[in-house]
Amino acid sequence: MIIGAGHAGLAMSQCLADRSIDHVVLERGDVANSWKTERWDSLRLLTPNWQSRLPDFSYEGDDPDGYRTMPEVIDFLDGYAQTISAPVEAQTTVTSVRANDSGYRVGTDQGKWQCKTLVMATGACNIPNVPKLADAVPAGIISVTPMDYRNPDQIEDGGVLVVGASATGTQIGDELHRSGRPVTLAVGEHIRAPRLYRGRDIEWWMDVAGVHDERYDEIDDINRARRVPSLQLAGSPERRMLDLNALTDIGVKLCGRFVGINDGKAQFSGSLANQCDLSDLKMGRLLNTFDEWAAENGIDDEVDASHRFDATRIEASPPLGLDFAKSGIKTIVWATGYRPDYSWLDVDVFDRKGNVRHVGGIVDAPGLYLMGLQFLRRRKSALIDGAADDARDLSTHLAAYLDENAAVAGS
Amino acid sequence: MSETAVNNGVNVEALLGAREALTEAPEAAQFKWRASCEWKNGTHSHSTVESFFGLGEEQSRTTVFNFDADHPEVFASEDNGATPVEYVLVGLASCLTAGVAAIAQHREIQLNSVVATLEGGMDIQGILGIDGDVRNGFDGIKVSFKIDADADDDDIKALVAQSQKRSAVYDIITNPTNVIVEVN
Repeated sequence: MIIGAGHAGLAMSQCLADRSIDHVVLERGDVANSWKTERWDSLRLLTPNWQSRLPDFSYEGDDPDGYRTMPEVIDFLDGYAQTISAPVEAQTTVTSVRANDSGYRVGTDQGKWQCKTLVMATGACNIPNVPKLADAVPAGIISVTPMDYRNPDQIEDGGVLVVGASATGTQIGDELHRSGRPVTLAVGEHIRAPRLYRGRDIEWWMDVAGVHDERYDEIDDINRARRVPSLQLAGSPERRMLDLNALTDIGVKLCGRFVGINDGKAQFSGSLANQCDLSDLKMGRLLNTFDEWAAENGIDDEVDASHRFDATRIEASPPLGLDFAKSGIKTIVWATGYRPDYSWLDVDVFDRKGNVRHVGGIVDAPGLYLMGLQFLRRRKSALIDGAADDARDLSTHLAAYLDENAAVAGS
Repeated sequence: MSETAVNNGVNVEALLGAREALTEAPEAAQFKWRASCEWKNGTHSHSTVESFFGLGEEQSRTTVFNFDADHPEVFASEDNGATPVEYVLVGLASCLTAGVAAIAQHREIQLNSVVATLEGGMDIQGILGIDGDVRNGFDGIKVSFKIDADADDDDIKALVAQSQKRSAVYDIITNPTNVIVEVN
């Protein structure tokens, strides 16, 4: 059984079908549900079109270097589901999963299922991670999560405090500021990255230089790596670099991490300079990796000369606070990340922080698997392009598990 | 380039071992740091630091550490010790410096010398109650590190950036901290 008919669930479905393993894909909505219902209007993928390589299915259009819009992602995944004839049970919401002697009992709003193995491909972004801080936001100020956000028209006129400067925060901040709503951006940890480096897409570099294929068991601190926020990128057709400097250039005001509300006043960390230093240095190291790879592989002549980017510019004294009443801010957009929802999973596999215990997607319970999480098996695991390799690996393990258990149990 | 092992005097293996052990036993990671202060005369006070709580039990030391604090003569005081705000700068400097050493050890970078100079700006109209719009504390702190190490510029900058990221005092100063004061 697979839960979730997004790109990860579908890729797994194809791998199981290739092995003639009987299965069903349970989907609470329709194929590509999250892309249909939980994304904002102008969002485009961060990865170029050519870089969505599902098993035996990839981009065949005439704009390989472009970035899919949401309707294009939905079309792509709908096309994939049809091509592989994925056995999807749509409009079926899983309400519980329990272990029993023959595997797992899956309760849904359309009845119960029994399965020997279960792949949870429900996505990493089910619930917005809004900090406890949000409870103290003064009355009259509207809190919005990226899950609810669709376009500037639904946001009140007036100032906006965007919390979080990774891909979501910078994109929504940019869009809102350009719509005439002055944006203040609270900046914590962020991974600055150019859209283009030496004339090529950064995702091309990540792919060829092997960064995307880095494995979970080869990394120094996998737990830390799994918490790293998304690259601060946008998929704009103009291929521009949407970093903090670009936002400062259009008038967005930067401040440190949003760390408190005291007496109707927001408090920002005094660590903005350090966050920007850390981000600039990290980008430098990434670009060094690409330069080394280019030199070692003799492609220096095929790409532009090596170059670096200006340091992130910040004020001498960034604001440490903001009086909501006097600031003109009407809305707070919490671009503070997401977490997966496993509230329906009634199996003893959670650690003390509420995360599912797993090793490379193999969960700490027999015949149970995870897909689509950040750095699940490889750095690219959460990308559409990462589903294929992970599905191949995990379906191999799953098939072996079924064989062992068929031999033992004779069932 | 020397073949000898990098030695900044930091026992990184012990720290990494502690990190592993405490991941399994988060209760043991709850520490309590303490100080005690006695007024002497005027703005002069004497503080001592002795025991702390950690790893599940009271920890004592063989020495008691002593600190005199006072205000300087331009404040019509007797200058029996550094000012409290200067102690804060010392706290920040020493925390960041210790961090640089530990990280350098972990990254196998040999440090030759590390000197930090700090300056905190302060408009004393705040503490003197002259202008309600002026805060009591620093309006900003500038830290300048001069580091001679067997590493390139970016690697040295990365040591300093990482030190801030994991520094207790940097966090205490840049982020809000609850302070509750009781009397009698």
